[in-house]
Amino acid sequence: MIYLDHAATTPLRDEVRDAWLEAQGVVGNASSVHGAGQRARRALEEARESFATTVRAEPIEVVFTSGGTESIGLALQGLWRRRAEGRDLIVLPDGEHHATLDTVSWLERNAGARIAPVGLDAVGRIREDAFDAALTGAALATALVAGNETGTVNDAAVLAHAAAREGVALHLDAVAALGRTHVDFAAWRGDAPAGCGLVAMSASGHKIGAPVGTGALVVSRTARVEALLHGGGQQRGIRAGTQDVAGAVALARAAELAERERAAESARLEELRARLVAALARRLPSAVVLGDPDRHLPSTVHVLLPGADGESVLFLLDQRGISVSTGSACQAGVAEPSHVVMALGYSAAEARQVVRISMGRDTTAADVVAVENALVDAYERLRG
Amino acid sequence: MSGGVDSAVAAARAVEAGHDVVGVHLALSRAGGTLRTGSRGCCTVEDAMDARRVADKIGIPFYVWDFSERFRDDVIDDFIAEYRAGRTPNPCMRCNEKIKFQALLERAIELGFDAICTGHYATLVEGDGGLELHRSSEEAKDQSYVLGVLTAEQLRHTMFPLGETPSKAIVRAEAAERGFSVAKKPDSYDICFIPDGDTRGYLAEKVGADTGDIVDRSGEVIGSHEGAHAFTVGQRKGLSIGRPAPDGKPRFVLEIRPVSNEVVVGPKEALAVAEISGARYSWAGAAPTRDEFACEVQIRAHADPVPAVAAVTDDALVITPDEPLDGVATGQTAVVYVGTRVLGQCTIDRTVSAVPAST
Repeated sequence: MIYLDHAATTPLRDEVRDAWLEAQGVVGNASSVHGAGQRARRALEEARESFATTVRAEPIEVVFTSGGTESIGLALQGLWRRRAEGRDLIVLPDGEHHATLDTVSWLERNAGARIAPVGLDAVGRIREDAFDAALTGAALATALVAGNETGTVNDAAVLAHAAAREGVALHLDAVAALGRTHVDFAAWRGDAPAGCGLVAMSASGHKIGAPVGTGALVVSRTARVEALLHGGGQQRGIRAGTQDVAGAVALARAAELAERERAAESARLEELRARLVAALARRLPSAVVLGDPDRHLPSTVHVLLPGADGESVLFLLDQRGISVSTGSACQAGVAEPSHVVMALGYSAAEARQVVRISMGRDTTAADVVAVENALVDAYERLRG
Repeated sequence: MSGGVDSAVAAARAVEAGHDVVGVHLALSRAGGTLRTGSRGCCTVEDAMDARRVADKIGIPFYVWDFSERFRDDVIDDFIAEYRAGRTPNPCMRCNEKIKFQALLERAIELGFDAICTGHYATLVEGDGGLELHRSSEEAKDQSYVLGVLTAEQLRHTMFPLGETPSKAIVRAEAAERGFSVAKKPDSYDICFIPDGDTRGYLAEKVGADTGDIVDRSGEVIGSHEGAHAFTVGQRKGLSIGRPAPDGKPRFVLEIRPVSNEVVVGPKEALAVAEISGARYSWAGAAPTRDEFACEVQIRAHADPVPAVAAVTDDALVITPDEPLDGVATGQTAVVYVGTRVLGQCTIDRTVSAVPAST
């Protein structure tokens, strides 16, 4: 089995599993006063410090959550509910993840929010001048640090700086970015005034080798975020609930390892990626590799195969034991064409002809050759 | 695998027969509901989940394939267009003809498969002239009618494992025995893309509901209607006519005229049709060797077949029932049988009344 859908999820790392299991052995509610509680609390706070170091934030700014979707929902709904008086605009770039889109859409339909859309360029980068213009008078803005489909990496520093200048609170979605590209909460926040510029950043554990059900929302000290869940007041009152000590330990360990290995792993993956891209250019000249050729996650190859149905390609590869994705979310049972690909300017029909290959720590050169051959075979079969 | 009990058992039997099986759920609706509401409708997320769980139990791969666009174009849009033209379409026939045994079959063959297997109650028999489509063992559940549109080529790539099962109850019992959660799931009926069952309301929205005249055969206006599409030939209910007929007998819808937006009504005898024909016809297997032959014709899925003579002319299949038929609407499908064998079908585009118009 050749698994090339690491952007969807990636295997639980051995060291992370071990750390998680060990933490499970410590009985105690981290909020309890007694010794058992204190021991659990210690493990939790060490995890918090570790994760904070990795993302370059302060420990007090780290709020552990159940994953990327909760973090994003908490950030957007929370910032919305505590927004500045008289502002109802949300700056929303095209191509954001559905956790963002659906939350903002909900706010539009139910909470009086208005949306200021911002387009992407042809390689999937957020148009910075358009983003800037959209910020005027906005309540909040959100943006992907790196796209989960295209792999394109935005300039988070520029976006955060613009938000700070306009006095707008910014949420960054770092779910696909953490462990794969540079993430620096403190640098991006800079010395923005209270409540504006970068104020929140989402992360997910299972994308980096921690269990599903772990994640974090980095929330700046002065940010005003209304909680989604109430009861217990844990984590600055932003995210109540008995804290998942083992989950936090696992997340922190996974993030630490990913960041430590990132330079070497990025170089390795970039080389594999380049080989695959070159092979496709040679053998499938009509295939189009999407995303930014210069600023991208080294793990992702997002390719448009003209005339070949993505579902069919996925099936043929699956039959050969190769797991890839079409990058489209399943809405109500019917696969929608990727809104991200359409945001790049392609039609719905073309958006159905896209396959996403995302590599991981266990991906080898042989795997890349295998997927290359499988894609060529599939394409030849489907194009007749 | 629709998520129903028939396709579930069919899949299980195909696996047991030694075939290499992959389960596919067709996503046909763009506005799919999440939960099934009653027996109507199909292809909700819950249906897909039911199908997936059966695939898990059988141990076969499972995929959901999106045919919603083609379904919209070939089935839904055709349904609306036919009603707009004053005809009575059968969307299930179109779905079999264009989607299940065409679009899906094409894709399956493209991906290396040899056949589509479904839970339809019908049987395939190797006859002297080639593969033949026959009724199923159970008369009440026989679905050979809706498969009448299949061609010889399509039949070569089909499997119907349930065809020889004597009753639906047996299929349900087998499903229960196999541990399928869908063993007791009610059958879906009505039109799958009108989940609330309100075809009239659906058509009012899509085709429009314009007030028009109800006229008798002489052209005299005797009442009004609020949308011609709400009527079908042979219908008796729903006619708002102020006064009774001169002969005191109930009136029936004889014809729908979309251009003038008129509904023509008359006595039951006027419904009698002496001849039906269709320019669009096909053979479910080898074409008949003679131009004219005795057969049985069935004009609705649950109608009884009646003896008739079928003739292949230059441009149409003409069917003359031995006794006049009542309530035949253009757009319906006439399926021609010889014994239990489905010979072929035509879409009825012309009917000849058994009664002269002057009465």
